[in-house]
Amino acid sequence: MSKLSIITKGFIKDNPTFVLVLGMCPTLATTTSAMNGLEMGLATLFVLVLSNMVISAIAPLVPDKVHIPVYIVVIATFVTVLQFIMQAYTPGAYQTLGLFIPLIVVNCIVLGRAEAFANKNGIVDSALDGIGIGLGFTASLTVIGIVREILGSGSIFGWKFISGDGILAFVMAPGAFLALGYLMVLFNKFVKKN
Amino acid sequence: MALCLTAVCLICSSVLAGVYALTFEPIKAASQKALEQSISAVLPEGLELSSAAVANQGGQTYEYYTASQSGETAAYAVKSTVIGFGGPLTLMVGVLADGSVYNTSVLSHSETPGLGAKCTSDVKFMEQWKGFPANANFAVKKDGGDVDAITASTITSRAYTLAVKNAVDVVKSLSK
Amino acid sequence: MEYLIIIISAIFVNNILLAQFLGICPFLGVSNKLSTATGMSGAVCFVITLATVVTFLLNKYLLVPFGLEFLQTISFILVIAALVQMVEIVLKKISPSMYQALGIFLPLITTNCAVLGVAITVVTKEFTFGAESHMLNLAQAVVYALATSVGYAIAMILFAGLREHLAGNDVPKSFKGLPIALITVSIMAMAFLGFSGMV
Repeated sequence: MSKLSIITKGFIKDNPTFVLVLGMCPTLATTTSAMNGLEMGLATLFVLVLSNMVISAIAPLVPDKVHIPVYIVVIATFVTVLQFIMQAYTPGAYQTLGLFIPLIVVNCIVLGRAEAFANKNGIVDSALDGIGIGLGFTASLTVIGIVREILGSGSIFGWKFISGDGILAFVMAPGAFLALGYLMVLFNKFVKKN
Repeated sequence: MALCLTAVCLICSSVLAGVYALTFEPIKAASQKALEQSISAVLPEGLELSSAAVANQGGQTYEYYTASQSGETAAYAVKSTVIGFGGPLTLMVGVLADGSVYNTSVLSHSETPGLGAKCTSDVKFMEQWKGFPANANFAVKKDGGDVDAITASTITSRAYTLAVKNAVDVVKSLSK
Repeated sequence: MEYLIIIISAIFVNNILLAQFLGICPFLGVSNKLSTATGMSGAVCFVITLATVVTFLLNKYLLVPFGLEFLQTISFILVIAALVQMVEIVLKKISPSMYQALGIFLPLITTNCAVLGVAITVVTKEFTFGAESHMLNLAQAVVYALATSVGYAIAMILFAGLREHLAGNDVPKSFKGLPIALITVSIMAMAFLGFSGMV
């Protein structure tokens, strides 16, 4: 597999949201606006790249029986590091994303990539895989966020183009499921075919 | 096997302890900066700020800051917490010495995104607090008061109003 | 009274699946059949309650007194992983029939974010009771965990029932599978939105 295709596969072929259907909780919960979706995606990208690299480095040393707990500890470490960094430098984003930052630990995407890719590939490839999947995840979350923000608040990345309220349901829980459902239909119809 | 797991745990927790120590100061600085920004946002410019003090009012304690001009107290910034729709709602309220509101800002909240959370972005709602007189009726219009509520978020608006009222009451008792 | 507020709020108003979006992956994954959905709900109820008790005590008597709160995420996930393993072993020994019913779901629960989500919520979030708010004590935390998992079970089992009927229907090709399921969940979430403002 060429280096470039490792990165690009995360967008369409192995898109974590629309094809692999992993990490649904942050996808639904944090996409109330485009900005929130983007921030959550980047936070996950950070953990994904670093944990992929470390896990690919230590994989040969870890006995098979304890590999899952070891991977989880590594992932949890990077998540906590991310928590500190966000608290110190982007406290606003840390407050909005709240519980879903520590919950990156149990995001199936991160452990999934460790199991499916990082433990049998080199450090560079694993880092690229993390970047690719992470960017794919970020792109999906941002798109869902854009759709929900346009319909729900009449704005895009905070820039308001309709005065007054949007369709409030799209900012709340039902809109999250609905937007994801219909985006998945569009993805199936127009992208998955080719 | 157990050795490997123990080693990994030890390494990871020492890494975390290190990062914790490294980011401890920046985290404190960030929250301090957020507090200072919220205070300067709700008070007139060019005032001298005292350090934090604590006032008791109606069985609740309030943290407040006194702002003075050439030795005379000109305004107060009061941190006021009430229960909103989704949980605690904490405001910084700037009150002039005569008891009228100068401005308000939200320190933290857990209101519903798109509804109550608009108390941080709804211009019409936020602007009405600037110069809100001390003798006005602190209640939303639905309850017969003078406050324009946020559309579809009466509970949040009520809580916000109560928080401002409490802050004004604190200042009234302070300037007595 | 406080217990009643916690229960109603956790089951209906802030339903963990339909309002808080925790534990969605297994929700979509195993809700194809009513029987598996029931099994998974049972296992989740058990693990959430047990994990909340253990992490609550761990936090209160070990992490906080020694100023080790920064190890919260990492220690909680380790405790949950170990607990799930232990439950699996114990269940296998003392109740093979229950192990038969819940066994295959147990390994999946470690990465169910509902478990870690509830554990973290209980030790970090202030809860609102009428005009005041405070942290939960142990008894309230247990009630909260139990009520939350009952809410999880209700949403899961209702949805599995709907989905069994959905499977027999002829939907457009692009809607098949998850998309139509998500749209159905959306309608369920709308119904649960009707509970908001109750507490």
